Amino acid sequence: MDFSFSPEQDQLRTQARSFLEKRYPLARLAEIATSADGWDRASWPELARLGWTGASISEAQGGAGLSFVEEGIVFEELGRALYAGPYFSTVALALPALGCAPDLLAKVASGAFTATFASPAANASGAAVDGRRDGDRWLLRGEADLVPDAGLVEAFVVPARGPDGIGLYLAERRDARPLVRVLDTVDATRRLARVTFEDDDARLLAAPPAAAKIIAATRRRALAALALEAVGVASRALALGVEHAKSREQFGRPIGAYQAVSHKLADTYVETELARSLAYWAAWCIAEDDGEAELAASAAKAYAAEAAVAACERAIQVHGGMGFTWDHPLHRYYKRALWIESFDRSGAAHRADIAQAILGG
Amino acid sequence: MDLRDGPEEAAFRRTLRAWLEAKVPAGLRGFRGWSGPAALALGRDWSKRLAEAGYAGLTWPKEYGGAGRPWRYQALYLEELARAEAPQHLGVIGLGMAGPTIIAHGRPDQKARYLAKILSAEEIWCQGFSEPGSGSDLASVRTRVELVGDHFVVNGQKVWSSYAHIADRCILLGRSATTDEKHEGLTYLIVDMKSPGVEVRPLRQITGEAEFNEIFFTDVEVPKANLLGEVGGGWRVAMTTLSHERGTFGFALAGALDVAVRKLVALARERAGADALVRDRVAREWIDLQALRYTNYRALARLERTGVPGPEGSVAKLRWSEANQRLTKLAIEIIGREAQVADGDGAPAYWRHQQLRSRGNTIEAGTSEILRNIIAERVLGLPRSR
Ligand SMILES: Cc1cc2nc3c(=O)[nH]c(=O)nc-3n(C[C@H](O)[C@H](O)[C@H](O)COP(=O)(O)OP(=O)(O)OC[C@H]3O[C@@H](n4cnc5c(N)ncnc54)[C@H](O)[C@@H]3O)c2cc1C
Repeated sequence: MDFSFSPEQDQLRTQARSFLEKRYPLARLAEIATSADGWDRASWPELARLGWTGASISEAQGGAGLSFVEEGIVFEELGRALYAGPYFSTVALALPALGCAPDLLAKVASGAFTATFASPAANASGAAVDGRRDGDRWLLRGEADLVPDAGLVEAFVVPARGPDGIGLYLAERRDARPLVRVLDTVDATRRLARVTFEDDDARLLAAPPAAAKIIAATRRRALAALALEAVGVASRALALGVEHAKSREQFGRPIGAYQAVSHKLADTYVETELARSLAYWAAWCIAEDDGEAELAASAAKAYAAEAAVAACERAIQVHGGMGFTWDHPLHRYYKRALWIESFDRSGAAHRADIAQAILGG
Repeated sequence: MDLRDGPEEAAFRRTLRAWLEAKVPAGLRGFRGWSGPAALALGRDWSKRLAEAGYAGLTWPKEYGGAGRPWRYQALYLEELARAEAPQHLGVIGLGMAGPTIIAHGRPDQKARYLAKILSAEEIWCQGFSEPGSGSDLASVRTRVELVGDHFVVNGQKVWSSYAHIADRCILLGRSATTDEKHEGLTYLIVDMKSPGVEVRPLRQITGEAEFNEIFFTDVEVPKANLLGEVGGGWRVAMTTLSHERGTFGFALAGALDVAVRKLVALARERAGADALVRDRVAREWIDLQALRYTNYRALARLERTGVPGPEGSVAKLRWSEANQRLTKLAIEIIGREAQVADGDGAPAYWRHQQLRSRGNTIEAGTSEILRNIIAERVLGLPRSR
């Protein structure tokens, strides 16, 4: 029993923190968020060089041969720095399916390939994507909605209905196909898009029975990754709140001396630590393929997302009028926290799953 | 990072689990408190058996009768105790507070005299810190401690002292000098509760039981040998006591919460199967329990590295107390009006008792407000609120 990071893992965190702090000071967030892509594209080869894009890819395939625990450290630090770029989509959402295409893994590790997961619209339209065989290739038709980072990536992992049920397909982006319409997203650092397939070329990654397993594993990874990111967001919001509470004076004292302020921040600290514990537990379960992985990922996502939202809301309150401005970086953290909370399903829906597991019925 | 038991841990757990299955007396399973003389006799006997089997003082050094094991074994022990719904050792204050304080600040003769009897439950301890005028502001205590010849004379009143009605000894924080800085001038003594001039009056609490007491000290003579630390150096010693009170109880608290959540789940299955609002609240409590458990494991890793309990102890106490209040309240809501009837010993009476008792959880061992102050000031580095 040892719930602590190894010296190598601690070193990875230190390295990630210092790289990201140097490259993405708070002052740069607005510039990146309002740029055309919403991404500092030049950063990607560096992330690959640091070994982050291939952290859990085997050494034989050009990766670092590590596990989701190491990727988890990166997710937390990227959340803390509010990194904008397709790391979540490529490493959390696409990687499990890309495991079926060893040629692509090496490209992910080297930074030459990015992808996201394009699931069918979960909204009222109920539209879906169909896969149809055409000679030795597959053609996809249909619409995927609210796809993260779709405007940034080279390819889409698509769950589509084929002749035998839902399979997983890979559609690479060529000549502006499939059609991607990036939506005006509240969190401009992680934009959502609608992706329309009109008999676009694809390759089959996993046929029906295997595909379902990969989809379940993808969901677990995504939930755990977002829980870790949420922990990063919450701890940065806390740090900003504490910094302000120490320096801002009213009525002749730093506002942090008033318990109405300090106790809010103490609550944020407590919730962030609890979220951290759940997120590390989920990360370990996923790395070890533990039987509790599904429950742990659900619990961690539900709790950490709500903790991050609350952390940002308290930090905004502690900042007073300044916290309500567009210029202050806090709203960007807040919007990421809300993005995370909305992903997959709300905390209440996750708790319903957990209730199902522990209460039955 | 590995959340599984290692081979030695697994063996320890297996042995302990089998031992508990065989040894926990039927009357103590699902234990609710040491109220009444019958429970007390059982409790002493049970504690003695725990000690004889080597489960008391698992982390204490071998030279003082402990098992000299790393902290993780204390965690395993508390988890298994909770799993078996077996009561802890009766000497909670001796084992968790007085003992570690004596180990840290005591002289060799004091260690020899007190520690073994704490483990065997031959001597039960109580804590005489709070006074009518001094609760959260502990450093303002006024109980007088005067050195007269070769002994101290103690005069004053302590209050809310758990176990004092059955205790043999008391760790007492008193004032030996009036100084400008109130943290100076405090002195920490070990008082024999059988000394002339010590009077204990039980206080009835919200549940109707009497587990805590007032203690009156009138010209009580305490030998000089019973001084812990130095005259005027009592605050430092008291801080050791408090860090253990909050710091290492995290696993005991998570264990207690584990039992409570298990019972809540059973209750909800039986009585509230399809109610979506209840299901959501039960799931929340389950998540909070996991969060507390894994926070404890993180704290444990740090404790084993540094040897001192960190601020996570305050986090665990704060969250446990609030979770226990919510959870027991949810249980009596599920039960409904039946929980208003105090008779009997079925589920309604159990939860009614637990719910009322839980109101003390955010007051005892540092109120929630004081714990938030500690987190704000010592962990986050915010300016003092006072
Ligand atoms: C079940 C139980 C068992 C106990 N056992 C023992 C024992 O064995 N030995 C012992 O010595 N004591 C014991 N106590 C006493 C306990 O430690 C005190 O009750 C506690 O420290 C609070 O002190 P008080 O009751 O004087 O309340 P006060 O300190 O008067 O507090 C009253 C209220 O004011 C708030 N408050 C006080 N100061 C501040 C501040 N600076 N900022 C914000 N809010 C503040 C408190 O949080 C509380 O809500 C026990 C208490 C209980 C309930």
